[in-house]
Amino acid sequence: MTTGAAFDVNKVRGDFPLLKQQVNGNPLIYLDNGATSQKPQSVIDAIVRYYTTTNSNVHRGVHTLSQLATEDYEGARAKIRKFINAGEDREIIFTRNTTEGINLVAHSYARHNVGPGDDIIVSNMEHHSNIVPWQMLCEEKGANLRVVPIDDTGELLMDEYEKMLGPRTKLVSITHVSNALGTILPAAKIVQMAHAHGAAVLLDGAQAVPHMPVDMKELDCDFYAFSGHKLFGPTGIGILYGKAEFLEAMPPFMGGGDMIKSVTFEKTIYNDLPYKFEAGTPDIAGAIALGAAVDYVSNLGFDQITAHEEELLRYGTEALSSIAGVKLIGTAAHKAGILSFVMDKAHPHDIGTILDEQGIAIRTGHHCAQPVMQRFQIPATARASLAFYNTKEDIDALVKGIDRVLEVFS
Amino acid sequence: MPQQPDVPLDGLYGDLIMAHYRSPHNNTPLDDADVEAEEFNPFCGDRATLQLKLDAHGKVCGVSARSEGCSIIRAATSILSDLLNDKSLSEVEEMGQKFRTLMQSGLGEEADGLGDLLALQVVRRYPVRIKCALLPMVALEEGIKAYRAKTH
Ligand SMILES: Cc1ncc(COP(=O)(O)O)c(C=O)c1O
Repeated sequence: MTTGAAFDVNKVRGDFPLLKQQVNGNPLIYLDNGATSQKPQSVIDAIVRYYTTTNSNVHRGVHTLSQLATEDYEGARAKIRKFINAGEDREIIFTRNTTEGINLVAHSYARHNVGPGDDIIVSNMEHHSNIVPWQMLCEEKGANLRVVPIDDTGELLMDEYEKMLGPRTKLVSITHVSNALGTILPAAKIVQMAHAHGAAVLLDGAQAVPHMPVDMKELDCDFYAFSGHKLFGPTGIGILYGKAEFLEAMPPFMGGGDMIKSVTFEKTIYNDLPYKFEAGTPDIAGAIALGAAVDYVSNLGFDQITAHEEELLRYGTEALSSIAGVKLIGTAAHKAGILSFVMDKAHPHDIGTILDEQGIAIRTGHHCAQPVMQRFQIPATARASLAFYNTKEDIDALVKGIDRVLEVFS
Repeated sequence: MPQQPDVPLDGLYGDLIMAHYRSPHNNTPLDDADVEAEEFNPFCGDRATLQLKLDAHGKVCGVSARSEGCSIIRAATSILSDLLNDKSLSEVEEMGQKFRTLMQSGLGEEADGLGDLLALQVVRRYPVRIKCALLPMVALEEGIKAYRAKTH
């Protein structure tokens, strides 16, 4: 490998048992990390360890196991707080995924702060999970969903955004990194501009946290949502960060156990943060394993991760751009490791099937971002999305796979 | 199940499917069609548009079939269009039923009458793509239903 001396990608790959597989008679080349990432052995072990040694319910028992499980669960919360540099543990809410985090903000915050004629701003490159909750809310409230346009490279048009902001802007909900294009948005600037108009900001960090350090104090966003499964953790667990002052003022999202202090039929007193937003028995194993994932990523360090991924992205961009008949969709100056492309002669489905035959896993389709497909007037793309365990050899295999597509469709 | 081809993909991207993909048959629009059918799959942007002209006995005497999307949907639409002439609408539906069974669970002896649609069996090795192969037939069935509702 030609990347940073201390970063040994082969050693890193050794930590991911799934990557050792053969698929359709070929070594697996996993390039669908934007959909979900693979898990290191330490994450798998954390789940096994929990169920074989400490499994019991949290926050409920005086017995030893319950105390151990609670310690580990809360320990994971503290690790995640540190990972995103949030101020306090109680600002970290365990959810199921990004989608649930966004819906929590829609129901508990926006529903009480957005009225008829108010504006909610999103961008043209949102995932459906950062569009549909706002459409539903706007319909319910008689509010307007405003969409910041993007240019042909996939860059947000900041001038248009500036013009859209005004006294009616109540919430800006924008992705930190585009899943379909790879664009890294100027999030801190977006937040600052919204705050200047008194609007709250939610950032969709689903595609950002696996690739770059995110810092809640630096970004100064009011909410930040992401999924554990894209961050080398298990499915079924996600995070919503919210500033304490916001979360304190918000009513609960769901009612049930754990989120209350006392219940009588006359009055229920809600629990303190973060428990007010964690009704019912949580995904304890998932939270603990996400803590292990965060440990794993922190140990590697983002200095090394971003350097390696930037090098891969540069290599991949160059390789794909030099193939006649292949067009990259999303060519912003600042990008995370996502290579979305179309081919003159072959539909993305056919590309996906032919690559799969060679053991190469990519995603094909609209990536739950139909408005961005409409913007580029295409029905779908083929998308190779990188993680730190990918190699230049993976890109070479992709290029060879595309050559095979060209052969079949020549 | 079809035989696993020696060379991977030669089955799916074999000569017959690729020939129909490259030069689809019967793709000139009709301006006096009786049955108009269109089906869209938003997940991949696939679209199949079929038109049928019927003679005095209710048999198909004119066919137009157009599609956009991957090789499978384009080949399936073209192959299907070759099999429609001289059939009554009930016969078309019967063929559709057979084709559906073929694609979903495979057929034994009773595969006659499906003509080159049999070549699409290879798609069964790629379960997520079966709906591409069925899309033109689904379009046609919906179109026939709408035609019946309109004329009865
Ligand atoms: C940018 C973005 N937002 C939201 C989501 C939704 O994530 P989840 O399905 O884990 O809730 C995704 C996942 O594909 C995404 O890429």
